[in-house]
This record gives sequence, C-alpha cells and structure tokens, in this order.
Amino acid sequence: MTAPADIRNDLRCSLHGLPGVDRVGAEARAAALASRSIKTTAKRWALDAAISMIDLTTLEGQDTPGKVRALCAKARRPDPADPTAPKVAAVCVYPDLVHVAAAELKGSGVRVASVATAFPSGRASLDVKLADVKSAVAAGADEVDMVIDRGAFLAGAYQAVYDEIAAVRQACNPAGTAGQASGARLKVILETGELVTLDNVRRASWLAMLAGADFIKTSTGKVAPAATLPVTLVMLEAVRDFREAHGRQVGVKPAGGIRTAKDAIRYLVLVNETAGEDWLDPCWFRIGASSLLNDLLMQRARMAAGRYAGPDYFTLDLPGREPCRPACARARPEGRPRGRVRSRPGLRGGRPRRPAAHEGGSAGVSSER
Amino acid sequence: MAKFDYAPAPESRDIVTIRPSYGLFIGGEFTHGTDGRAFKTISPATEEVLAEVTEAGPADVDRAVAAARAAYQRTWAGMPPKDRAKYLYRIARIVQERARELAVLESLDNGKPIRESRDVDIPLAAAHFFYHAGWADKLEYAGFGPAPGPLGVAGQVIPWNFPLLMLAWKIAPALACGNTVVLKPAETTPLTALTFAEICQQADLPPGVVNIVTGAGETGRALVTHPGVDKVAFTGSTEVGKEIARALAGTGKRLTLELGGKAANIVFEDAPIDQAVEGIVNGIFFNQGHVCCAGSRLLVQESVYDQVLASLRRRLRTLRLGDPLDKNTDVGAINSAAQLAKIRELSDAGEAEGARRWSPPCELPVKGFWFPPTVFTGVSQAHRIAREEIFGPVLSVLTFRTPAEAVEKANNTPYGLSAGVWTEKGSLILWMAARLRAGVVWANTFNKFDPSSPFGGYKESGYGREGGRHGLEAYLDV
Repeated sequence: MTAPADIRNDLRCSLHGLPGVDRVGAEARAAALASRSIKTTAKRWALDAAISMIDLTTLEGQDTPGKVRALCAKARRPDPADPTAPKVAAVCVYPDLVHVAAAELKGSGVRVASVATAFPSGRASLDVKLADVKSAVAAGADEVDMVIDRGAFLAGAYQAVYDEIAAVRQACNPAGTAGQASGARLKVILETGELVTLDNVRRASWLAMLAGADFIKTSTGKVAPAATLPVTLVMLEAVRDFREAHGRQVGVKPAGGIRTAKDAIRYLVLVNETAGEDWLDPCWFRIGASSLLNDLLMQRARMAAGRYAGPDYFTLDLPGREPCRPACARARPEGRPRGRVRSRPGLRGGRPRRPAAHEGGSAGVSSER
Repeated sequence: MAKFDYAPAPESRDIVTIRPSYGLFIGGEFTHGTDGRAFKTISPATEEVLAEVTEAGPADVDRAVAAARAAYQRTWAGMPPKDRAKYLYRIARIVQERARELAVLESLDNGKPIRESRDVDIPLAAAHFFYHAGWADKLEYAGFGPAPGPLGVAGQVIPWNFPLLMLAWKIAPALACGNTVVLKPAETTPLTALTFAEICQQADLPPGVVNIVTGAGETGRALVTHPGVDKVAFTGSTEVGKEIARALAGTGKRLTLELGGKAANIVFEDAPIDQAVEGIVNGIFFNQGHVCCAGSRLLVQESVYDQVLASLRRRLRTLRLGDPLDKNTDVGAINSAAQLAKIRELSDAGEAEGARRWSPPCELPVKGFWFPPTVFTGVSQAHRIAREEIFGPVLSVLTFRTPAEAVEKANNTPYGLSAGVWTEKGSLILWMAARLRAGVVWANTFNKFDPSSPFGGYKESGYGREGGRHGLEAYLDV
C-alpha cells in the first residue's frame, strides 16, 4: 500500500503541525482525573468493564503450549467460582504459540492476539517482520500487535515508519483485500517509553493512524516506563481528534505496569472523560496486562461478598514471572506473612488500603464508604 | 444513561462538629457580643442553616483592637523571632492535621467542591503558615534594612471566596513580622475562621495575638476606621476598596488592597490546545469563577478560534456540577443569593447586548444557589460582560489577530490583577509578559498559587503584594 501523494509529501509537515503537548498541563490533567472517586454501582460496572477489556498476556521466553493453554482457560472463565465474571477480550502470545491459543479459544469469543514484527525491539529487516506477521495470521491470530521502528521515528524518518506500518497492515489481510473487515486487526505499539516526549507520543499516534492502525498501543511491557496516565491521555486525545478529522475510530491500548483494579479504573475514567464513552468498549479500549486480572476478580468478589477472599481463591494461570513485583506483593506491608488471610465481615477488609496518589481518601476506589 | 455513571461519592460530614452558635474570638477566648446581635450562616448548596454567628458592633471591635494592642505590647512584638516562628509552625501543623475537617467545613459553608477545598484551599493555607514561619527570624535578610520592625495592630477584612486561604494570606505574614491582628471574615463564610480561632487556642498562641470578629459591612467599617488600628489589609470588591481608601486617606494608617479583576487569558495559535482548554476551564470555572484573578476574558487568536471553541465546549460537557461534598464534583454552588442575582443580572445584560450565550446541558439542583458554566461568544470590548467583574462561572470570548492586538485588548480594562498567555514560543511569552499590565502573568498555566510568589494588582485591582519576600513589606515598618 502506498500513501496518497499529499500525505507522503506532507507527512512531516502534518505531524509537526499538530498542536504541542505541555507536559506539566497533561500530567496535571491526568492526576486530576486519577482523583475521581469511583464507588458502589460505578465501581461494579468498572470492574466488569475492565475485565472484559483485558488482553491477557504472556510474552516470556519460557512460554510453553501448556502455559498458553492454562492462560486460555483463565481467559474464557476468569473466576471458576463465579460464572457471572465476564471473559477477557483476548489472549496475547508470541507468534509461534498462536496455533495453541487459537485451538483453545475457538468459538469462545475470546480473540487471539499475537505480537509480531520482531517484538519487542523491532530490529529486523522488513521481510523478516512481514514473515513474522504472516505466520501469526496464518496460525489464526485475530489481532496483530506490531512494534514501530523507534529508531527511524526518532531519526525523523517518518515516511519509513509509515511505509512499514502500511506494509504490515497489508500483511494482516491474507486475502489481499483492502479494509479491516477481513484479516487481523492491527495494533501499533509506539513504545512510548522510548519516544520519551509527549509531543513524540502525539506525532507517533497520528503517524500510526494515518498509516492504517486499528489500535494504538503504548508499550511492549519490556521497557520502563510502560503505560502511564499522561501518555494514555495524549493517545486518547489523538484518537478523538483523528476521528473528528478523518471519520475513522481507532482504539487505544495501554499495556504494561497496570496491575491493580484501582489503576485500571483510573484508565477507564481517563477514557470516559477524554475520548468519551464511545471508546468504553472492548472493541475500542484494551488493557494489556496479566496480574491485573486477579486483582479485578478479587475486588469483584469483595464487592459481592462484602469482604476479601485470600489470594488462593483465585487461580494463578498467569505468566510465571513478572518484570516488576506483582500487585499483591506491593500491597503487603512489611512484616506481614504472605498469603495470610484476614476476612472479618463488617470491617474494611483483610487487605490493607494501598496508599492513594492523593492522600485524604481522594482516590479510594478500593474502599467503600 | 451514561455507560460509566459515577455513583455519588460524598465526603462524610461526621468529621465536622459545628456548634449551634459562635461568639467573637477576642483575647484568646470566645466571648459574647455586647449588643447580642447575631446572624445565620447557611450552606449555599442546600440553604440549610449551619450556625448562628455573633455580629460584632463597634464596642466589640473596640475590645478586639484593645486585646490586639495589649498582646502586641506585652508579648508578641518583643518575643524572640524564633519563638514567633515556633507558633506559626505549630499552627501550620495543626491546620494540616485538621485538614479534612477544615476542607469539609469550607465546602459546607462556601459551596465550593470538596476536591478544591481538599486539594487547593487547605494545603495552600498550611503552606502559607509554613512559609512565613520561615521568615519570622530572617526578616533582616528580606531586603528591607537591617532591623525592620512590625507596624502594630493590623485590621484585616477578607472575602468569602477562599475563606481560610485568605485568612492565611493575611494572618501568616502579619504574625511573622511581629504584628497582632483583628480579622473579620466574610459574613457568608465565617466558620473556618472560627475554627481557626480554636486552632490558635490549640497552638497556645498568646491571647490577643489573633482576634476574630464576625459581622457584615458595618463591622468591617468599624474595624478599618478604628483609630487603634495601624495597618489595614483588605481583599474584596473594588467598590469597597475605594471606600476604604477614601476613609483612610490622611489617617497615616498603612493600607494594602487586593481588589477585583477581569483577567485576559490569551491563547495563541501555536498553543498546546488541549492544555490551554484545561487552563481556560481552570481559569474561569475553578471555584465557580469566584476568583478575583479568574480568567474571565478569553482572548483567542482568530486562526484557532473554531478549534479552541469546539474543544472548550466538548470539555465543558464533562464538567460535573452538584453536591459540593461529592468528591467527583467539579463545579459547586454560588456562594450567596446576592451573588447569584449579580451573575444573573450581568449574564442577562450580555445577552441583551447581543453576545451569544451557551451552557452545556446541566441539571441544576432545586434548592440552593446555582448557575451553570456559561460561555459568551461574539463579545466585544464594549460589552458590559467584557468590562465588569462578574465573579461567577461566566466566560466572555473575544478574538485577536496579532500579539500587539492581544496586548491592547488585554490591557484595555480598569483592572490589572492577572493574565494568562498560552503559546509554545518562549520568546512570545516574555514579549507579552513585559507588556501586560497585570500583577501576575501565568504562562501555559492559570490560577497557580504559591506562598513564595507575590500576588497583587495594577490599577483598580489594588496595591501591595501578598506572599513572597515582597509581601512582607506590607507588615513591616520600612
């Protein structure tokens, strides 16, 4: 696919013609929205919505077919004790394990997503990247999560990045037909942790959308910082403005570092008040995560029962290793033994409150008052 | 119905104990008024009566000034400065410890959203005490000579828009410099000042150093014209400020005034639009527009007018108006029936003069005083809504073509308290700042306050500075 002449010639002008992003202001806005207080019915809705938007992910060198099968079972039925828990949106694996996931998830409604294009660095020739994509799609991937060439982007070679995305877009359609109806949906990973500035995030978002992305995604999860609220804010503004300018809706997927229900709810608030409720749908907003799911399930069970259940009540069919400490370890104060369960009805619950970003009960999504 | 409908998340009122009635805080104790007059303070969101408050008459003001004079002479002025600092630090810490209580009380009495009283008013009030506590024993290094002395008794009259914060702006520097004070809070919002009186007791502040007399205009007049007052500080309307200036002319009393404003918030075509829109919203809808430095005139470069207005309207649709104690409320209640009437009168005048009025769809509560966020477009410099201070959630939008035109329009007002400039171009920010006649010029932000930053006006926005090193001058004999 080649770009229309005007875009090809004016790519640099149009990207640099986008309004700048003031980092201080963007961070302040993200922090203000993070202080929304989501309680009772709203929290119940948000927990289920967040579960249904998860791309349950395992991207480890140690992944095996058995591991992927276990993850798929978790994706289809996240809480064995509660069939009302919604299923997740997709399972995200490496291309060589797509066939396992596709077989496990057939007919379940849970989609198969595959990273591709020499994930996570993207440092391979275009031919290799396209072969990577084609093999994933041939094995049954419904969605392809590609990485952009950050080196080219930072060097100002926007056209090269554009062409590569456009080529991958085409490789996602094995029948060779244009449009998104057939073929895999394309998620474009910007790796915002390597783009660094919010101006770059905005430009890369537009670049990806102009080149045909169905989704723009923050991170691979292999680079810190991964998803942050200010970065996601800027990307949500970009999809909102892009739809207004071009009439096409593009999804957003923050990925990496979102581990607690409280974090997930903050992202939903951000979506709601930035892009708007059209994006509050698994079709248009995803959260790339693994350990997040169990925290959402735990909070969900807590809303239903009025108390927390211990971590052993939730299945651990999750990736073996986390790049960072999982949420349950972070939340546990020093000296308290792992796995100890305090479940006294009537009290706030066994799990201690995590420190909120704003003290004074501002962001108490985990507490009921 | 919205997909993601935020359930009510009210902050609990239980933390606050409001007494049925309050006396006057004179000489370290709550005392009865001499003539037994009282008035009620209500919650503007519900019109519920919160408490009965004593109305101080001339005899009460006399007692308060005498108590302040005695404390000035016997203890405060002669106290080693590092000991004055200890009291101020102690007060600052107690304000922090009681922050949640003060925030709830402020939102109840004033009508402002708890998010603002919790995140802005109370933390900043504590910060002012901390900051000035630091100055108390370093005044000789403030640039006002080797041994600047205090002035004596300060009579201070503050407005209802930031009740505790304005109290902190007044009391903290006065005390740090060795003065004693008699402060009159606004009649619609006396409760946090009276709680502050309790904090003074809790901090063991020597009796008479801080005296708080409640009442309306008459009480304020008695205080500022009292012959025992050496220094008057007033924050409020330009009209009353002029009256005070006339009354004090020739008396030898020192006077600082922080009055009205009609700030221009200037958005250039190369501005970071999304953040500029946040700044516009924060500039005029923060605290329901009850802000003297509010960005009530939006000046937009014509080349980005459509884009900015579309973004602004979309953003205003997400504002949440309602219960001030709900943690998700963005816009609270108008402080009083009188203020609501004034906002309505000026808004109607705007329409009558031909400006186009727009508000987002927004349901107003039945009880209490409410006004929807409102934007007027098609406004010209000649319209009343472009010239008079509305002191409400009403934005007037004007346009300009060149930086010079922006400066001309921004300065074309009798006021000069603040201005905002939005552009990614640093040189333009400096060029504008040098030409805008305003005490504060914010660049790519708005309504940001800090105790170390001096605040005050040009022209009819008053004189004198509050905060920072410059603010000390108002309370020192220099």
